[in-house]
Amino acid sequence: MIGLATAFSLTNILMVIGGCLIGTFIGMLPGLGPMSIIAIMIPVAISIGDPSAALILLAGVYYGAIFGGSTSSILINAPGVASTVATSFDGYPLARQGKAGKALTVAAISSFVGGTIGAILLMIFAPALSSVALLFGSPEYFALMIVGLSAIAAFAGTGQVAKALLMTLVGLMLATIGEGVLFNMPRFTFGVMDLQSGLGFITLAMAMFALPEAMYLILDPNRSKTEGGTNEIKDLRITRAEARSIAPVIGRQSIQGFLIGVLPGAGATIASFLGYAVERNIASKEDQEQFGKGSLKGLAAPESANNAACTGSFVPLLTLGIPGSGTTAILLGALIALNVSPGPRLMIDEPQIFWAVIISMYLGNVVLLILNLPLIPYIAKILAVPRTFLIPFILFFTLMGAYIGQNNATELLILVGLGVCATILRFADYPLAPLLIGFILGPMLENNFSRSMNLFDGPIFMVERPLTLGLLVIAALLIVLPSYRARRARLRAQGVADGD
Amino acid sequence: MSGGISRRTPLKVRGDIMALDRWIALILLLMSATYAYTAFFTMDGNLAPFMRNTPIWPSTFPKVLSVLAMIAALTIVLGFEKSDAPRDDDPSVIVYRRLLDYQVVPALVLLGLMVAYALLLRPIGFLTATVGFLVIGSLVLGERRLHILILVAVIAAGGIWYLVQEVLGIFLRPWPFFMGV
Repeated sequence: MIGLATAFSLTNILMVIGGCLIGTFIGMLPGLGPMSIIAIMIPVAISIGDPSAALILLAGVYYGAIFGGSTSSILINAPGVASTVATSFDGYPLARQGKAGKALTVAAISSFVGGTIGAILLMIFAPALSSVALLFGSPEYFALMIVGLSAIAAFAGTGQVAKALLMTLVGLMLATIGEGVLFNMPRFTFGVMDLQSGLGFITLAMAMFALPEAMYLILDPNRSKTEGGTNEIKDLRITRAEARSIAPVIGRQSIQGFLIGVLPGAGATIASFLGYAVERNIASKEDQEQFGKGSLKGLAAPESANNAACTGSFVPLLTLGIPGSGTTAILLGALIALNVSPGPRLMIDEPQIFWAVIISMYLGNVVLLILNLPLIPYIAKILAVPRTFLIPFILFFTLMGAYIGQNNATELLILVGLGVCATILRFADYPLAPLLIGFILGPMLENNFSRSMNLFDGPIFMVERPLTLGLLVIAALLIVLPSYRARRARLRAQGVADGD
Repeated sequence: MSGGISRRTPLKVRGDIMALDRWIALILLLMSATYAYTAFFTMDGNLAPFMRNTPIWPSTFPKVLSVLAMIAALTIVLGFEKSDAPRDDDPSVIVYRRLLDYQVVPALVLLGLMVAYALLLRPIGFLTATVGFLVIGSLVLGERRLHILILVAVIAAGGIWYLVQEVLGIFLRPWPFFMGV
């Protein structure tokens, strides 16, 4: 009740509304993810003075930024945040089919439900889940990352597993460039100073997604014509059948996303990729073929999973004082600056803050939905802009994303070089998403691998710990099964399969 | 140059795409081999003696990656995995063998423009570089309504500069270096 009273005060409602609006609009700019926006907003939050109001503002900014990131993924295929990369797999094809309004509506509703279910689960299970999260050690995290990477088999089409794996490995290799936190020495920099800090995520994301798409739009002018008319682009309606088909996906992924979010270090990115992979694997054959070509299920899965995971990541922060992601680490900094010490005693010593944050998450999701649904027709109209204006702007935002991320003009040259390589890879039908996923998960994978090797004095940890072994077996099955299925299907088609 | 290309692409052209993907796999195989060489033979040269007794070295993870990458690349080069040819009416496909039928010149000019933007951003300032990029980019793509073009470019460049520099506090030099800002 204390939390309800705090969260529903006029000041705090204004904080949520302001935070959501700021987060949504700045989050649309590629290069400015929730982490940067929250970092920028911290001085504003601290100047407010009241810890509850400040945290409510930051929570609003967090959710708004995630929705803003999804918007640029869907409309111009430029995911500025790792957790919205999976959103672009089906969101962008939907926008190209003239269903941008529908895609944004599904994204908004999925995010809303994901965030809401996450907030409810947080209220009920926070204390219990925090102890479960502590059972996960480095070996289990390593195995979980391997499962995440193996799930790329789900992104690959028939007979594309080797290509997808190769792209993942290239992404992992790119992630080893520069001076990592683990070993205090530069690796694979070949003496180039600008590579000391490694490649930037935003640069690679823009080079893999936005730039090749812009090149395709320039090369083939027919591509920039979306299939629907302006009215259809703005149309938000979801049919009853569509709602029925995505409802179970949203429900499943809200729960799964939340559970993954609870694990420190896993976070919204892994939740969104795994959510997409799981839904693709369990879908019917017809639905499976639609994934990557504009499937509503493929859009709803990562959107609900990443929002639920964001809520889940507050569990270790609020109950143990452990930040589970970069964003929650910054929030921890803000809490400490506000003289609040998160940890097991937060709920006892300062219940008004604990519950106000939880209620504000729910409130933030409601406000985001109310604010964004009426704005969607206007946001979707971006696609009606003539290509002679739209393409230079996409290229400009791509450049700006890379520049803001690293504040280095050399990064722009790297962006163009990588973008040309990505376009050639796309010509040859190589999937680019696995490369980016490998790059994102690479440092976390190596950290956990190295820690496990040190703890167990070698690779024995892979078989000694049952949970690790179980996860690794799942990972192996994920790689083998698609090839096996494809081989069986081909043999059947040739009429030499068993029983023929 | 045509304003696009027919969606009907004969299936045999897909054979060329398969050839391209093997060429790319071969290049990636060579790159992985170079990466492996560095990881196996040169990286640990300067390793501190105490680190040599630990089970994990800076080169351990790259060694694993390089071997796996070479295996994956070889699988494609040798054609062990058969992939289904994409549908010939798939609009997402650009047939590289017919690249000259597409709008290659504007694509190359815009790539050059991006390189120029990267090189000139600091010397001539954000506002000048951005307005120039947006105006020339649109002109290259065939836009001729110069008055709208310049207005849109100036508003966009000014708006983004204000947001990034003034609101978010990320430094962007607005004008050329000789103007002292």
